[in-house]
Amino acid sequence: MLELKGIQYRVDEADNQIDILRGIDLTIKPHRFVVITGPNGGGKTTLAKTIMGLATPTGGQILWNGTDITTLNIAERAKLGISYGFQQPPRFKGMKVRDILEIAAGNRNLSRNVCCQYLTQVGLCAADYVDREMDASLSGGEIKRIEIATILARSSGLMIFDEPEAGIDLWSFAKLTETFQTIHDQKQSTILVISHQERIINLADEIIVISGGRVARHGTKEEMMPYILGDTVMDCHRNSVACGCFRPAK
Amino acid sequence: MTKIDTRLLREVAELEGTPKGAFNIRKNGQLDSRASTANIEIVSKEDKPGIDIHVKPGTKQESIHIPVIITQSGWMELVYNDFFIGPDCDIVIVAGCGIHNAGDELTKHDGVHTFYVGENSKVQYVERHYGEGEGTGERIMNPQTVVHLAKGASIQLETTQLRGVDSTRRYTKVIVGEEAEAVITEKLLTHDRQVAESEMDILLEGAGATGRVISRSVAQDSSEQIFYPRVVGEQRCFGHVQCDAIIMDKAKVKAIPAITANHTDAQLVHEAAIGRIAGDQILKLMTLGLTEAEAEEEILNGFLR
Repeated sequence: MLELKGIQYRVDEADNQIDILRGIDLTIKPHRFVVITGPNGGGKTTLAKTIMGLATPTGGQILWNGTDITTLNIAERAKLGISYGFQQPPRFKGMKVRDILEIAAGNRNLSRNVCCQYLTQVGLCAADYVDREMDASLSGGEIKRIEIATILARSSGLMIFDEPEAGIDLWSFAKLTETFQTIHDQKQSTILVISHQERIINLADEIIVISGGRVARHGTKEEMMPYILGDTVMDCHRNSVACGCFRPAK
Repeated sequence: MTKIDTRLLREVAELEGTPKGAFNIRKNGQLDSRASTANIEIVSKEDKPGIDIHVKPGTKQESIHIPVIITQSGWMELVYNDFFIGPDCDIVIVAGCGIHNAGDELTKHDGVHTFYVGENSKVQYVERHYGEGEGTGERIMNPQTVVHLAKGASIQLETTQLRGVDSTRRYTKVIVGEEAEAVITEKLLTHDRQVAESEMDILLEGAGATGRVISRSVAQDSSEQIFYPRVVGEQRCFGHVQCDAIIMDKAKVKAIPAITANHTDAQLVHEAAIGRIAGDQILKLMTLGLTEAEAEEEILNGFLR
């Protein structure tokens, strides 16, 4: 179970302070599929980063399965079973796709077959990619799919994905939603996805809307869908609440 | 052979015991052991230190190992090795030098290698430099490699120096003939107060010649590196220079690539990049459970692979 208690994140600017997160309280039960959505700049990515340890909250407490992880570093949290898929993953000159999958799996002798399975799950033709370098020769969509494959390889208790759909083509996206559904069906991981895509939102057990650094709404998919669709300007981005036309709860 | 000798041979030539095929092992300036084969003859030079290696036309799938090891502190040498490779060959040459300096005296190996590669021959040349030893004496290696590629010939020249060499000044010159190809891969890691300089001249003299230089280096601590890769296109040809360096701590790296076209159909490209390890690379690997130090090591290992 993931518990966030009064999470705050404040940045000091030249003359003033900006509150990115203004006291987030959330409890996410085990093996739930939770989608975090809301307008750009609302604090979604910062919130996800505080859970992984990529950002240090200026206030509040984070508990994972009852353990206070607020002061643990990234690697320590990773070892406790938390993983994070970056919105814009880095490239590595010289390092191969196989290397990153092996590091992710914590096994430097991962069989080619197992590596290929992870790649297939994200819609990549495994034989073409397993020995490719993780450098600029990979397109944005390819590097993004490999990023998601690294999370699958970790088989962690809490998987956080920051906009996994960004930069992925329609065919791979269909494969990706199928993969999320499969992981969810296995009931072994809690999945936390930042997304604006209706097809991903449709997979969710719970939906959380973050806006202005606060939880604007939190409920089951059934409770939240009418609200999300109704409060989105329909002639702007039909499947998106990220365009800035979204109106938070009054 | 002592344990130190065995380790040095493993580091520079990946040898466990006597190599297969032709070989020449030189230790502290003396011939340790040598073997020629039916197709490859190794003979000592009469006028100066070094060896001549003659490879018969059409020799394929054979290897030559010519490692040099130095364990005597204060030993300094200048060695000339010449390779005469006939046409239509396909061979692998493994060279390299390992110095174990247990004393306080400067120890140095300067090697001058000259290759004459015959028409349509294919050569893979692997050279590793390695230094170790608890002494305070400097370990210095200054290799010079000159390659003449005849029509349709090719060479893959892979040089590696990871740690342990206090000072190196490397010079590589390849004269690329008609439809010939040179691919030079250089890997370098310096640390402490080490100094490394690598100068290259790739002369694309024949029509259809190709030259590629891929240099990857890591400069740590207060070490210094300088690169001067130069490519000259005299005919219709293709040349590409790619220099990538990771800079750390208080190190200094200078890369000065130069491309010169003396023909309208010479297509030459150079790229050079120097930068620190990107923060997001470290963070990504930490989210996979590595500590910061482990992440850094993985990034460097991959970069220098």
